[in-house]
Amino acid sequence: MAAHLSYGRVNLNILREAARKELREFLDKCAGSKAIVWDEYLTGPFGLIAQYSLLKEHEVEKMFTLKSGRLPSAEVKNIIFFVRPRLELMDIIAENVFREDKLHSSRDFHILFVPRRSLLCEQRLKEQGVLGSFINIDEYILDLIPYDGDLLSMEYESAFRECYLENDQTSLYHTAKGLMTLQALYGTIPQIYGKGECARHVANMMLRMKREFAGSQNQILPVFDTLLLLDRNVDLLTPLATQLTYEGLIDEIYGISNGYVKLPPEKFAQKKQGEASKDLPTEPKKLQLNSAEELYAEIRDKNFNAVGAALSKKAKIISAAFEERHNAKTVGEIKQFVSQLPHMQAARSSLANHTSIAELIKDITTSEAFFDNLTVEQEFMTGVDTDKVNIYIEDSIAQKDPLIKILRLVCMQSVCNNGLKQKVLDYYKREILQTYGYEHILTLNNLEKVGLLKPQTSSRNNYPTIRKTLKLWMEDANEQNPNDISYVYSGYAPLSIRLTQVLARPGWRSIEEVLKMLPGPHFEERQQLPAGLHKKRKDQYSLGLLFALLLTTQNK
Amino acid sequence: MAFITANWNPLGEAFYRKTELYEMCWTLRDGLRDSLVAAAPYGGPIGRNIITPPVAVLSVSVTCLSVFQWKSGPVVQLGWTVSDELLCVQEDGSVLIYDLFGSFKRHFSMGQEVVQSQVLEAKVFHSPYGTGIAIVTGSSRFTLATNIDDLKLRRLPEVPGLQGKPSCWVVLTQDRQTKVLLSNGPELYILDNTSCTAVCPPGLSPQAGSIVHMSVSFSYKYLALFTDTGHLWTGASLYLQDKLSEVDTKKTTTPKQMVWCRRPKSQQPSVVLMWDRLLMVTGDPCVLVGELDGVRIISSVYQELLQEVPLVCQDIFKIASMAPGALLLEAHREYEKSSQKADEYLREIKEQSMLGEAVRQCVEAASHEYDTSTQKSLLRAASFGKCFLTDFNPDVFVSTCRELRVLNAVRESSVGMPLTHTQFKQMTLQVLIDRLVYRQFYQLAIEICHYLKIPDYQGVSRVLKHWASCKQKDLSDESIARAVCVKVGDSPGVSYSHIAAKAYECGRTELAIKLLDFEARAGEQVPLLLKMKRSQLALSKAVESGDTDLVYTVVTYLKNEMNRGDFFMTLRNQPVALSLYRQFCKLQEQDTLKDLYNQDDDHHELANYYVTASYREKRLDTRLSLLQSAVDEYNKAKNEFAAKATEDEMRLLRFQRKLDDEKGAGLLGLSLQATMEALLALGLHKQAEQLYRDFRVPDKRYWWLKLKSLAEKEEWEELEKFSRSKKSPIGYLAFIEVCMKCNNKYEAKKYVSKVTPEQKVKAHLAISDLEGAADAAIERRNDSEMGAVLSRCTTQDGSGPVKPKRPHSVAQKECNKK
Repeated sequence: MAAHLSYGRVNLNILREAARKELREFLDKCAGSKAIVWDEYLTGPFGLIAQYSLLKEHEVEKMFTLKSGRLPSAEVKNIIFFVRPRLELMDIIAENVFREDKLHSSRDFHILFVPRRSLLCEQRLKEQGVLGSFINIDEYILDLIPYDGDLLSMEYESAFRECYLENDQTSLYHTAKGLMTLQALYGTIPQIYGKGECARHVANMMLRMKREFAGSQNQILPVFDTLLLLDRNVDLLTPLATQLTYEGLIDEIYGISNGYVKLPPEKFAQKKQGEASKDLPTEPKKLQLNSAEELYAEIRDKNFNAVGAALSKKAKIISAAFEERHNAKTVGEIKQFVSQLPHMQAARSSLANHTSIAELIKDITTSEAFFDNLTVEQEFMTGVDTDKVNIYIEDSIAQKDPLIKILRLVCMQSVCNNGLKQKVLDYYKREILQTYGYEHILTLNNLEKVGLLKPQTSSRNNYPTIRKTLKLWMEDANEQNPNDISYVYSGYAPLSIRLTQVLARPGWRSIEEVLKMLPGPHFEERQQLPAGLHKKRKDQYSLGLLFALLLTTQNK
Repeated sequence: MAFITANWNPLGEAFYRKTELYEMCWTLRDGLRDSLVAAAPYGGPIGRNIITPPVAVLSVSVTCLSVFQWKSGPVVQLGWTVSDELLCVQEDGSVLIYDLFGSFKRHFSMGQEVVQSQVLEAKVFHSPYGTGIAIVTGSSRFTLATNIDDLKLRRLPEVPGLQGKPSCWVVLTQDRQTKVLLSNGPELYILDNTSCTAVCPPGLSPQAGSIVHMSVSFSYKYLALFTDTGHLWTGASLYLQDKLSEVDTKKTTTPKQMVWCRRPKSQQPSVVLMWDRLLMVTGDPCVLVGELDGVRIISSVYQELLQEVPLVCQDIFKIASMAPGALLLEAHREYEKSSQKADEYLREIKEQSMLGEAVRQCVEAASHEYDTSTQKSLLRAASFGKCFLTDFNPDVFVSTCRELRVLNAVRESSVGMPLTHTQFKQMTLQVLIDRLVYRQFYQLAIEICHYLKIPDYQGVSRVLKHWASCKQKDLSDESIARAVCVKVGDSPGVSYSHIAAKAYECGRTELAIKLLDFEARAGEQVPLLLKMKRSQLALSKAVESGDTDLVYTVVTYLKNEMNRGDFFMTLRNQPVALSLYRQFCKLQEQDTLKDLYNQDDDHHELANYYVTASYREKRLDTRLSLLQSAVDEYNKAKNEFAAKATEDEMRLLRFQRKLDDEKGAGLLGLSLQATMEALLALGLHKQAEQLYRDFRVPDKRYWWLKLKSLAEKEEWEELEKFSRSKKSPIGYLAFIEVCMKCNNKYEAKKYVSKVTPEQKVKAHLAISDLEGAADAAIERRNDSEMGAVLSRCTTQDGSGPVKPKRPHSVAQKECNKK
């Protein structure tokens, strides 16, 4: 079931297997039957590493969610807490343990910290007087999670907030550690490029960690040639724009988390004959989305406008394949047909699912509201009227559209105008406070702090220069048969992608001017490979690393 | 060569030999009487605690390492840890740890209750987890600690009917569990963490009597039981199944010691029993030490090894042996004498095509021999035989030669480690080097590392680390730091923090700090710096490492150590630490957060803090006073907008409270927009109007609001009046759309005439008046609008109630014409 991880150019299954092995080893350390108490946040990321069956093989009989009060009863020898190192969780664990001791005394307690054990938390447990109750206190290093065949993710959704708003660089430390793990498995990455303060910090930590491990030289032939570290604040524009690929739209509308999406059930009701659809399913339909599904792999990155054609083409192929059965005459032919049947049926149900999803999305993308919103976004990105109050935004506020939509547009205008005129900014802010409530003064304050929203300080707006130099806007984006990345936003080419492309050819030296306009330093580091590995390198891969941005910066 | 077998004694099918290892040179007045003796396995050191006068003696085989006055309480048991430290278990349950040179390291206790009940007996044992201690107390309870480096005391359950100490007991390690096997008169029990089970060894004759002595083999696999009738039962220790043998020794006195003597792959396991004056030739009391492959016998004069003669040695040296190895040895001897008999012997081996086997036998036998000249002659013979082989893999020969050279070096009486080859293999080279290092044979250890070509970070670096740690006991700080750095330099994998920790242990803090500077790993630096109370330095090192958990750890430590003022000042110089601490305060200590902002004169954050706090307040006046504080701070921060917005909010809150009191409108906490909405819904138009003016709400938004609200309440007349009140800032198309949303086409139509020319077509379309739309579009000569109308026509064609007057083509043409 993790086959999709090995399809890519780099076999990410190695990473997953390493993670699974470590999990098994930990579970075996606690002999006997076990129950796991989960920090709920972790269940998603863990789902990408190990299914319940793996846990079951290692005598995990029960699973609970961590909550205060008394632990549910279970006839098991071991209770294992899988938690993030957070103080508030330690207090809950302490309470669990306290309540427990009075009832049974024979259950053993263990803690597994993900992704790193923390002295601070252990100290807290000690203060609470329960540290001694734990037989094993261990850490499970889960930094980079193989998400798909060509994608690793830290699934660390508060990283942006922590780095830019709270000046807490824990996530960067984990990033550096994760990259060290990656290098331990896939060889030292000889070249590191980066742009931005955080990128610089991560690179520094990596180099420092390498010094710390001096002596144990990595003898693996490097799989990755180049590592590119980019700060999110180098490219704030891209995540603000509405995504227009198939996968992007699913995410915009329904939200994909840890590789799963929850969809409204009505469209997916089983239509069985003879059985009147008396009760529609009320539970949302949960679907896993990754490249293991052939059809999805094909259409996920297509512009939504090209998805319809792809789906109908696929439908023809599948029905043609089913028609084959009429041509099957001999026993041999029939046998061959039957052997392909499961595959064809899977393809057919996959097609049905995606057709339903595409219909759901189409209802929205063809609406006038969606179109108007997109028009405004594209105006901003092309630099039209970014310096005055936008009527569409004004109207949307008056209509009390969702706040997140308003904030996205206002921030986008600010980014494309290199800050808003004080008068314009204050007008928007006042409108938002009056309509959505005064408490959002903190939200706005946070947005200003991270630079998504800012008053114009200099009269010069360098966004147009950046746009022109990096060709961020392409007039004739071809959505059906793309020849340039700008197809993903029907015209806008993401800044971070352009930086990556320029780095690959002809190199960043050609865009020094633009790099200086973007925040933070840019740099280049080389890591010495052990002698003997130099000559063997043939394949060149590059790996880019970007930080995910969290848009909800509300704070109360 | 016959003399080699001179000290062999047959027992059953195997032979046993006793090899003299060393002549002991300790000066004993009373021999080993009145003293506790413990020797570590694998040729380890010997410790002795003499009861009168209280003196402790530590020695390695021959040389005495240290003698020191024993000042603590009476010792019950001595033992050695895996890292060659001496454990002294005292009567009151405290355990003292000394290093090889007699200096005190640390101590711990086996539990409070032991202080009163006293330790009756104790045993030190080794398991995969490390060195453990088991005691039985005066109240007949057992307490176990499986690893003294990670002390977790386990009190075992009570044994039924046990008074005082059991007649005998041993510790077993099986299935990752440590258990105690004990006998109390005729009963035999296994005691584990949770239960006490009575067991009966199979096949032990009922008249055998009660068990008075027991012994478990080195590997915990075999068990020997001795009964008061002189019966000796042996068997597998696992669940006490499988009896091996039962012998009647005809001895009714309890042996003083009973130890297993067997080797891995032994032909027959056997047990050595020792009574006073029996079995030993000398009348002196001796001590038996069980080893992996034999028994070490320590007396006041000699140290000897009793072991089963390895099969391969038997084959070669047995009188008149025809084994290929024996023949090869003979051949080589003849060759030395330049006798042609050498050829005869060789031929004989070759005819059986056993030459390879012969060489292998010689090499293996050499490894088991203790005497260097015997080793030499065997190896020479092997080397001689090798010449006649074409495809012999020399690896084994070479490695055996190297290993023997190392073994002979450590067996030297100046080093005094009587290791056998089997023990060496089991113990591994790593451990050997460590043990040499514990005894401060740095030179020898480094020579061995170089000789065996061990990678630096496993070998030399480790030795250097120990050397540097030990070096600190003399010389000045500077010179040591320099000396250490010169020698150790950048050897990969040397842990400077470890060296520094040693320096600190010796009370040389400054030196420790100097040494720590060389440490690359911050994670290692910080805890030690904290221990040394160099917290500021620890903080900056933690920040440097980027590990936020480490920073947090130092910060919490500082917080408890320092007074508040100093603490805040320290943080101020470390922005990273400060922001982490702020985060901590946000979650845990809101008040401290305020103090922090106050100290930094961060008015903006302070204002935000007040705003946040205001939302936690239930009572309106407290809320208002908090908001007032926020206004003051925003003003200080020169943020006019925020100050104004906050004042507005206060005004709004007061207004809402007033209306809530008057009309029970339930407005408090709503946004301005929502308040106006609620007011309109309640029909309080005047009040809504007042807010609109007071808060300078943009006309557009207010019009939208009012329009929607009136339509929702279906007050169409009111709406019409409103539309005429002045020129609509949102146009009139909005009116049409909102009316249509409420399904009132009649009302919608009223506004069609009012829309601007640009929106005419849209307006007509909105009320589904295609005809009007078409006319308007033609009038405006606008292509795309025409298209919009046409597309609507097609969707409704045939089924729709309204049909266009003209066919498409005509409309299109007309449009084009114009």
